[in-house]
Amino acid sequence: MDVQKQNRAPLLQGLAFGLVFGFLLQKGGATKYDVIIGQLLLSDFTIVKIMLSAVVTGMIGIYAMKSLGWVTLSPKSGSAGMNIIGGLIFGVGFALLGYCPGTIAGAIGNGYLDALVGGLAGILIGSGIFAALYPRLSQGILKKGYFGDLTLPRMFKVGDWVVVIPVALCILLLLFLLEQAGL
Amino acid sequence: MEFLTQTRWSPYAVGIGIGILSWLSFLISRHPIACSTTFAKTSGMIERLFRGNKVAEKPYYQKISLVVDWQYMLVVGIVIGSFISALLSGDFQWQWVSPIWDASFGSGVIPRIALALIGGVCIGFGARWADGCTSGHGISGTLQLAVSSWISVLCFFIGGILAAHVIYRVIG
Repeated sequence: MDVQKQNRAPLLQGLAFGLVFGFLLQKGGATKYDVIIGQLLLSDFTIVKIMLSAVVTGMIGIYAMKSLGWVTLSPKSGSAGMNIIGGLIFGVGFALLGYCPGTIAGAIGNGYLDALVGGLAGILIGSGIFAALYPRLSQGILKKGYFGDLTLPRMFKVGDWVVVIPVALCILLLLFLLEQAGL
Repeated sequence: MEFLTQTRWSPYAVGIGIGILSWLSFLISRHPIACSTTFAKTSGMIERLFRGNKVAEKPYYQKISLVVDWQYMLVVGIVIGSFISALLSGDFQWQWVSPIWDASFGSGVIPRIALALIGGVCIGFGARWADGCTSGHGISGTLQLAVSSWISVLCFFIGGILAAHVIYRVIG
């Protein structure tokens, strides 16, 4: 089978998006162990503020573009077995490592050697273990409670904006309450 | 241009910036921002170096395809972008152990690396199990209102908050 010649454009675009994303993460403090652990210890809400701001902005813009027919969504398929168990395992790792896949890349760029030496090796090993176990897992636990690429509007059987607007308002309310609480 | 050399930006500004970046990544690249697959590809690519092309035929690696692609370059870009930002504000520093860890567990490098390694294994394994991480599910998935992502993010934080409290409030 011939290997397709890589079209350069996607690679350069990915790099460009990464440069901006990495820059933003670092400016936000998200590349720091103390900021991430501070969030998980509920004493520093920087990470939640960044994520919620990104979600409310992204959600409104992308659903607007969807309504205009400019983009299509690509929600990931999921199942209870995949998302609950995987999520919890990830969460434990998040607390032990103090970084996630995106922020560990940023942490490496910030000079944090625990990310480069311990964390990176760990993520590569963990991914490799999953790949080795995948044939068995994919036939069993990963299929349990499968719901496909469901989105909230489709789950509630309502129009997009019936969900988007209340979610946006809830996120804004939550951010307001966090500020009021001095967190 | 002074804001470029600031050490820290408001989390709201950063978040809005990431949100806008998501609009552009959907519009221009037709890709949502996501990171964990890149590490799985790298793991497979490294294994392939040692064990040959049959590695690429493993079902999971056929699924994700061991090639350098858009998302791969995104993660490479994150390293460089973060480096530039840190350099501009004077925040770049080689550091093994952070202040919070040091305060509870001391400045010893080996314990920190050991836990970072174990944590990394859980992150790598868990992200593939859940099919996404805090960028892919946490930002891109939740903004699309994907049920898989909302469940994943909830569990990321439940697991993370509980584990962090065990580490720092029970053990540390």
